[in-house]
Amino acid sequence: MFKKGVINFILVFAMMVPGTLLAADYIIDTKGAHAFIQFRIKHLGYSWLLGRFNEFNGSFNYDEKNPAAAKVNVTIKTDSIDSNHAERDKHLRGEDFLNVTKYPEARFTSTAFKDNGDGTALLTGDLTLHGVTRSITIDVKHIGHGPDPWGGYRRGFEGATTLKLADYGITYNLGPASQEVELFLSVEGVRQ
Amino acid sequence: MWRNTDSRYGIITIALHWLVAVVVISLFILGLWMVDLNYYDPWYRRAPELHKSTGVLLFFIMLFRLIWNLLNKRPQPLPGNNPLEGKIARKVHFVLYILLFAVMLSGYLISTADGRPIEIFATFNIPATLTGLEKQEDIAGLVHLILAIILISLSSFHALAALKHHFINQDKTLIRILGR
Repeated sequence: MFKKGVINFILVFAMMVPGTLLAADYIIDTKGAHAFIQFRIKHLGYSWLLGRFNEFNGSFNYDEKNPAAAKVNVTIKTDSIDSNHAERDKHLRGEDFLNVTKYPEARFTSTAFKDNGDGTALLTGDLTLHGVTRSITIDVKHIGHGPDPWGGYRRGFEGATTLKLADYGITYNLGPASQEVELFLSVEGVRQ
Repeated sequence: MWRNTDSRYGIITIALHWLVAVVVISLFILGLWMVDLNYYDPWYRRAPELHKSTGVLLFFIMLFRLIWNLLNKRPQPLPGNNPLEGKIARKVHFVLYILLFAVMLSGYLISTADGRPIEIFATFNIPATLTGLEKQEDIAGLVHLILAIILISLSSFHALAALKHHFINQDKTLIRILGR
């Protein structure tokens, strides 16, 4: 009786294993810097100003058989903003923009993933930035996946979206051409 | 006349004192004003340039002032002055000098945090030296602001003390630094 119970348990557990393996958890490879959160915003309407967030971490869950169940979580340290100019970064961290002392983190938590079937998808989720949480949609492209040369398994995506700064209570006037900031995300996850 | 004597300040010492006073107060007001300017304000770029350029000039003025102090005697305290007050006054002068240099140094560390030089009136460059410390521009910025407020507060105490000598003690302390 006891033995049968154990065998049943093992059988049930064994049947679960492939499912759990397919719906794999990936840790975003910020340690090896194979992930980037970049932004660009028009300067006066005459050119693009580029920058990035150097410190963030996150994970995602992805199952090729059931992409709709995909989940993503990312936390960004707002004071790691880097636009390659110390005085500007100091301004961007201050109260006119990110107010990093009050809002040290920005967070993205996915709520839906709609696979378009052609390697692209729409990722919807809640973005908390500057203390304001809003639902955003990110255009996602699956770049590739497979074993890496060091015994691991990796999967990568890129994503793009546009945010209106005023939606997040960032109202410092940079001019009419600079109301929106474009985000470009490049994410490589290492399967756990 | 030019140099200090036992009883009087020379012209150079007096000129340096008031020049530094006017420049420091102007830089303080300019600094507080410029950080709140709108991006499209004509002064948005000009004010920080003026602030930084003047700050670097002040540094060289202060270096000269230090040298000049070393080459000159300090006029004797006025008879009848409280020795404890005299001691406090000299301590305050010393701390004011330290604060001045600390404020200028911290300001320099903001603008040069990423290795960029400071342009002086668009003619010559002060190169960066200490760069790339963790959050250097933020920490230096906070230190710059706090020390500047302390500097202005202590200067106000210094000025009030001089006014006290003039109006309450009715002695020559204040008019000595005006050349009498």
